[in-house]
Amino acid sequence: MDNTIEATGLELSYGSTRALAGVDLSAPAGTVLGVLGPNGAGKTTAVRVLATLLRADAGTARICGHDVAREPQRVRELIGLTGQYASVDEDLTGRQNLVMIGRLLGASRTDAHARATELLARFSLSDAGGRSAKTYSGGMRRRLDLAASLVNRPRVLFLDEPTTGLDPRSRNEVWDTVRGLVDDGTTVLLTTQYLEEADELADDIVVFDEGTVVARGTSDELKLRTGARTLTVRPRDRADQPVVLQVLEQVTGAVPTTDSRGTSSVPVPSETLLGTVLDRLTVAGVAVSELAVRLPSLDDVFFALTGHAAEQGVPTDPQEALA
Amino acid sequence: MTTLTAPPATRPATTRPGGGSALQQSLTLAWRNVVKIRHQPEALMDVSLQPIVFTVLFVFVFGGAISGDWHDYLTYLVPGILAQTLLFATGGIGTALNNDISKGVFDRFRSLPIARSAPLVGAVLADVVRYVTAVGVLLVFVSALGFRTTEGLPAAALAVLVAIAFAMCLSWVFVWIGLTVRSAGAVQGIGFLAMFPLVFGSNALVDPATLPGWLQAFTRNNPVTHLIEVVRGLLLGGPVAEPLAWTAGWAALLLVVFVPLAMRAYRRRV
Repeated sequence: MDNTIEATGLELSYGSTRALAGVDLSAPAGTVLGVLGPNGAGKTTAVRVLATLLRADAGTARICGHDVAREPQRVRELIGLTGQYASVDEDLTGRQNLVMIGRLLGASRTDAHARATELLARFSLSDAGGRSAKTYSGGMRRRLDLAASLVNRPRVLFLDEPTTGLDPRSRNEVWDTVRGLVDDGTTVLLTTQYLEEADELADDIVVFDEGTVVARGTSDELKLRTGARTLTVRPRDRADQPVVLQVLEQVTGAVPTTDSRGTSSVPVPSETLLGTVLDRLTVAGVAVSELAVRLPSLDDVFFALTGHAAEQGVPTDPQEALA
Repeated sequence: MTTLTAPPATRPATTRPGGGSALQQSLTLAWRNVVKIRHQPEALMDVSLQPIVFTVLFVFVFGGAISGDWHDYLTYLVPGILAQTLLFATGGIGTALNNDISKGVFDRFRSLPIARSAPLVGAVLADVVRYVTAVGVLLVFVSALGFRTTEGLPAAALAVLVAIAFAMCLSWVFVWIGLTVRSAGAVQGIGFLAMFPLVFGSNALVDPATLPGWLQAFTRNNPVTHLIEVVRGLLLGGPVAEPLAWTAGWAALLLVVFVPLAMRAYRRRV
């Protein structure tokens, strides 16, 4: 058993909703597996199965070789979980939250306090440690949540959308922490709705859609399939649209799409094509009101991989909506 | 973020595999609930006011009509009010758990290598604070009104102990209801519905001899009646052994039936 996280054929239904329809996942030790997908794709459900909170209807999952269904307590000793919404106790102080978990794990009062002090310092919460978690900002709460999942020094860490709703600074702090943990040998499974986050952190990425894995690979591999960037053009005069489409197709060799506002977009391998497109349009006498190259969004990845936009045609997963 | 200190290569004693004992885990989670009460003392308002309100209500409104003299009725009433206060105090756990369990922190508990029962046992243990508060307020208040025990303080302490132990067993019913019913409001409604016949259909407020025959049959077999007999015996004199055996039997039955039901409901509730 080489992979720290290894799941095959996971299936799980809530009533008639298939949250997981045969999911395979694997992550070698000390790597970050990014699970990318929109709301309701089954990401949270997959994490909850791997973290022993839910039992799959079919399929197997092993953490460090231990079956999550047959040896849940053994698995719980190895994992840390940070939920989509910070699962800290708001009525307790930051320190009390961490001490409580240390004590639950069998540490003496002294050891639990020492570990809490260490983690509060590490997550820049030393000053706030004595305050009730209710008073914390979103970023502080998330950091406390992350600290709480590290009390037992887990070998595998599940981060379910750890930066959703965070400001960019807090998000970067979370990213730094994750990198530090991976350097120390922790294996991380991270779910996210942001391509950028998966790009920053993940060694391997799997893309979820409607309970199945629709693509897997490294960030670069997925980008190759997606088209690394999107070139968008909006002519000042809608009558010039056919010329724009023609130019775009000639330059990129791909078929552009046009939205209702008259903006045409096409995947491009690099931004150097921007100049070529502008030159050709100038020669053709087309006045342009918007011309840009943007990085692929999750929508682009989704569109490229699934043929539909991220928000469309995805049944809402009741668990994900609640969790 | 500040510097990331690398964890030591060997795991220190803080992460003994398998965690601590189930008892330590339950006590830790009981401590959590007590800390919550300390942060929000108003959580004890119901159990502090209820004994006073009920005592005043029954003693001064009904006392004259029932016993001719409120002071005589107070003596009769105290064991009943003590049991009633505790019984009503047990209902709170259902509402509290129902609220608590939907929060993320229970996901954390489920993902830790701890005994499955620890969060529930912890909640039951922490409620002792509520029970002690309720009994304390009641005893101080009725003493001020002139109530005196005839059997001495050790017997009175035993009476309180038995009543609280019974309340802890009974609270598993509400743990189960709290985990089964969807909304916290419904938990309270069901709780009161179950409590009223048990408390009023007992010897708490009136001598059962005054009741119609069919109701006497219910009253005689009501676990609350047995509990009140024990308390009455220990506070004012009278037989204790037999009602105590009945009370213990009922308590054991409650545990045998409702602890597994509550545990099953907890496991199912995701």
